[in-house]
Amino acid sequence: MSRPGRDDSPDRLYTLTGGRARSAPDNPFDLVTIVVAECDPAPGMQSEHAAILRLSQLPTAVVELAAELKLPVSITKILLSDLLAAGRVSARHPRKAAVPDPDVLEQVLVGLRNL
Amino acid sequence: MDSATSDARTPLGTSADNGLKIVVVGGFGVGKTTLIRSVSEIRPLNTEETMTRAGEAIDDISEVREKKATTVAFDFGRITLDARNVLYLFGAPGQERFWFLWDRLFSGTLGAVVLVDTRRIDDSWYAIDRLEHHGTPFIVACNDFGGPAHAPQQIREALDLDPHVPLLDCDARTRASGKQVLITLVEHVRNRYAAQAPHTPQELAL
Repeated sequence: MSRPGRDDSPDRLYTLTGGRARSAPDNPFDLVTIVVAECDPAPGMQSEHAAILRLSQLPTAVVELAAELKLPVSITKILLSDLLAAGRVSARHPRKAAVPDPDVLEQVLVGLRNL
Repeated sequence: MDSATSDARTPLGTSADNGLKIVVVGGFGVGKTTLIRSVSEIRPLNTEETMTRAGEAIDDISEVREKKATTVAFDFGRITLDARNVLYLFGAPGQERFWFLWDRLFSGTLGAVVLVDTRRIDDSWYAIDRLEHHGTPFIVACNDFGGPAHAPQQIREALDLDPHVPLLDCDARTRASGKQVLITLVEHVRNRYAAQAPHTPQELAL
C-alpha cells in the first residue's frame, strides 16, 4: 500500500481544495474529532466529499478519514470544514482542557484494564 | 468504488463522542507499530501531514506547488474504551522535522510513551528533550530485543531521566505488555495532575 499523499502531485491537492492549503486557524477539526454524515452522497458532489459522507455514515475520526482517503490530514480538514459549513456532517469534538479531567482519566484506566 | 476498503473497516460505536490521544515516540525500527498493533482493535493505519521546509503545515500553496513541501507519516491504532471514549494511539517518528508538527497534530494528547531500544539509547535523547520542552507527560518503555539486561539505574543515567518519570521494560509484541505500558502512562498522568492540584500534598506515587 502506498502512503497517502506521497505520490499525489501537489496540483491534485491544490485542485481538491480549490487552491486552499491552509486549515484556517478557526478550523475546528482535531485529529480525533469524530465525524458523522448528516446526509447521503448526492450526484454531482465532489468525489472526495461523497467519499467522506460514505465513510462517516457511522461515526469516524478525522485521522481515519484521512487514512482512508489517502490524503494529508490538513487537506482532509479543509474538505470537512466545507461539509460542516453545508450542514452535511456533524462533528463531535474531543473534550479538551488544559488539564485532563480526572473522571475521564479514571474512565481511560478502567477501559485499559478491561482490555 | 472503494467499497472493499470500507467493508473491512471496524466502525466506532454510534455513541462515541470523545476522542483521546496517546503518542508513542521512538526511533526507526524500535517497535512503535508493533506496540500499537498489540493493543489496537484495528489493523494499524498510516496517514501523513504535509509541511513546508519552514516547518509550517502547508500554509502557502506555492510551497506545495513548487514541491518544497515535505511530509511526516505516522501510524495509528484505536482502542474503544467505553460507549463514549475512544483512544487513538499514534506512532510518531522522533526525528527533528516531526516536532514542528507536534502542536498541530498532538495538542491535547494525554501523554507519550518513549519507546527505547537499549542498544541504541541515544536515539531517544532528542524525543525526551522535546517532550520536556512541550510539557507533555511521558514514560519510558524499553522494548526487549533480547540483548543484555541493563539495570534501570544505568538506563536512567544514560537517558538523564528525571527521577519521577516511570521506566519499565516491555515486549511490544504482546498485548499484556502493551496494555501495561499504557496503564503505567495513564496512572503517571493522573498522579502528575493530582500532584499539581491545589491543596494536595506534593507526592508522586510511583
